[in-house]
Amino acid sequence: MTVEARMKLFNRICAGVLIAFALLWLTPLAWALDTALKPNAETTRTTWKIDDPNVQAFARILRDTDIVRWFGSSLFISTLTALGTVVVASLAAFALSRMRFRHRNLLFWVVLAGIMIPSQVLIVPQFREMDSFHLLNTFWAVSLPQIPTAIAVFIFKQFFDGLPRELEEVARLDGAGYLRIYARIIMPLARPAIAAVVIFAFVTSWNDLLWPLLVLSNPDIMTMPVGLATVQGTFGIRYADTMASALLGAVPLVAVFLLFQRNIVEGFAGTGLKG
Amino acid sequence: MTAETAVRRTGAAGTAEASPRPRGQGLPAAGFLTPFLLLYLLFILGPALYGLVMSFFDTSAVKSGLNGFAGLGNYAEALQSSDFWSSLWHTFWFTILTTPPLIVLALVFALLADRVRRGRWFFRLAFFVPYVLPSAVVALIWMWIYTPGLGLIEAALTKAGITAPNWLGDPGWAMPSLAITTLWWTLGFNFVLYLAGLQEIPRELYEASAMDGASPWQQIRSITIPMLGRTTTLVAVLQVIASLKVFDQMYIMTSGGPNYATRSILEYVYDSGFTNFRIGYASAVSMLFFVVVLAVSAIWFSLVRRGEKEL
Repeated sequence: MTVEARMKLFNRICAGVLIAFALLWLTPLAWALDTALKPNAETTRTTWKIDDPNVQAFARILRDTDIVRWFGSSLFISTLTALGTVVVASLAAFALSRMRFRHRNLLFWVVLAGIMIPSQVLIVPQFREMDSFHLLNTFWAVSLPQIPTAIAVFIFKQFFDGLPRELEEVARLDGAGYLRIYARIIMPLARPAIAAVVIFAFVTSWNDLLWPLLVLSNPDIMTMPVGLATVQGTFGIRYADTMASALLGAVPLVAVFLLFQRNIVEGFAGTGLKG
Repeated sequence: MTAETAVRRTGAAGTAEASPRPRGQGLPAAGFLTPFLLLYLLFILGPALYGLVMSFFDTSAVKSGLNGFAGLGNYAEALQSSDFWSSLWHTFWFTILTTPPLIVLALVFALLADRVRRGRWFFRLAFFVPYVLPSAVVALIWMWIYTPGLGLIEAALTKAGITAPNWLGDPGWAMPSLAITTLWWTLGFNFVLYLAGLQEIPRELYEASAMDGASPWQQIRSITIPMLGRTTTLVAVLQVIASLKVFDQMYIMTSGGPNYATRSILEYVYDSGFTNFRIGYASAVSMLFFVVVLAVSAIWFSLVRRGEKEL
C-alpha cells in the first residue's frame, strides 16, 4: 500500500471512530428530545418509538411556567456581565501587556490567584456585602461579582502580547494616546479574544445556579437555572414536561454557540491559551 | 527553558530602550487597571479576606456581625471532624475519577477531529454543546437517564444481559455515575483547547515527515503529542482545579447522598453555612479547602511541567 493510500485509510478509520463517539455524545440530548415529544403517560416505556409525537409538553411549559420571563432575566444579566467583563478585563490586560510600571508581574499574579478561589468560599461575604449595599433582589447583585474574572484578563493579555509592537509605534508618532491606541488599534484586532471571552462570560453567567438562588428571592426576577431547579419538583413523574423544560432552557445557549462556534477555537488559538 | 526566558527578557528590554517612550507609565496604567481592580477588590479579594476574618469567629447566618471570637477553634473542630475528612476524600475521589478521562478522551477526540476534513462543525457541536448547558438542565437529563427501571442505560444493559446497578442510589456507584455525567458535560471545553493547540502546529512538520515516510501513528507520537505539551499542562491544571471545585452536580442530583457518599467539600461548606447557619465554621472549612487547592495545584503543576520536559 502506498503512503498516500495508507494515510487515506487511516483518516477514514479516524472519521468512523469519531462519528461513533459524536453520536454517543448526542444520545442523551436526543433521548431528552424523544421523551419530550411523547405524551407523559408514554414516557415510562423505555423505547425510542413514539406512537403520537407532539409538542404539547413544550406548549404546556411555555403556558404554565414563567420560562419566558426567566429567559428575559437571564438574557439581561448575562449580556450585562459579558459586556462588563470584556470592557474591564481588556482595559486591565492592555495595561499589563503594553505598559511598563512597577510591580507589574506581581499584580498579574495577584489577578491570576483569583482563579483558585472557589466561588462558594465568597458567597457568604458577598451576600452580606450586597445586603449592606441594598442590592439584593436586583440584577446588579447577580452581575457585578461575576464581572472581575481573572481568566478573561489572562485571555486578553496573552492575545495582546502576541500583537506586534510596531502597530502602535506608528500611531504613537502621530500623537495618539493610550486610550486611542486601545480603542482604535488593539481592540479591533482582538475580535477572536473578545469572542472567546464573551462566550465564556455569557455561558458562566447564564448557567450559574447557587448565587442567583441566594440573592434573587423575588420570583419575578428568577433566572433560568433557578427557575428550572424550582419547577423540577413540581412535575413529579411528568417526564415529558421535565425534559421539555430542560430543552427549552438549553435553547438560547445552543443558539449562542451556533452563532459563535467558529470563533471559539480561533479565539483560543489566537490567545495563546494553548500555553 | 531558562535560555528562552533570558532571550525573551532581553528582547523585551531591548524594545523598551529603543522606543522613545517615557519611562514612567504608572499613571496611565493605573487608569486602565482601576475599573477591574476596583471590582476585583470589592467582590473577590475583599470578600475572601472577610471570609478569613469570619473563620476566627462564631459567625452565624441568622445574626448580623461577627459574634464571639473563636480563635483557632473552628479550624481545630474541622480537622477533628470525620465529616470534614470524608467530604475531602469524596472530592479527591471525584477528581481522580474525572481528570484522566477528561484529559485523555479530549486529546484523542481532538486528534481524530483534526484529521477529518469535512463536517468539523458537527464534531464541535456534538462535543461542545453539552458544555454550554446549565447544570440544572444536565442534571434533569441525567437523572432521567439514571432512573431505575426506566432509564436509558439500564434498558441498554438489560438487553445485553447485564444487571444495571442503581446508579445514583447505590453509595458505591453514585460517585462514578456523577463522574460519567461530568465527563459528558465538560469534555467539550478541553476538546476545544486541544483543537486550538493543534491549529498552532506548523503543517510543514507533517509534510516533511510524510516525505520521510513516517506513518500517521509515528507522526502523532513524535510530532503532535510533544508539540501539544504546553496545552496538556494547561488542560491538566485547569481540570484538576475545576474537579476539586465540584458542587452543582452533587447538589442537584444526589444532595450529597446516598448516605453522604457524594458529599463534596463544597457541599459540606454549604451545609455547615446555610443549613446549620454556622458561617464562621463554614468559612474555616473554606479556608482549609483553599489551602488544599493551592497545594494540590502547585504540586500537580510542577509534576506536569516535569513530565513535559521529559517528553
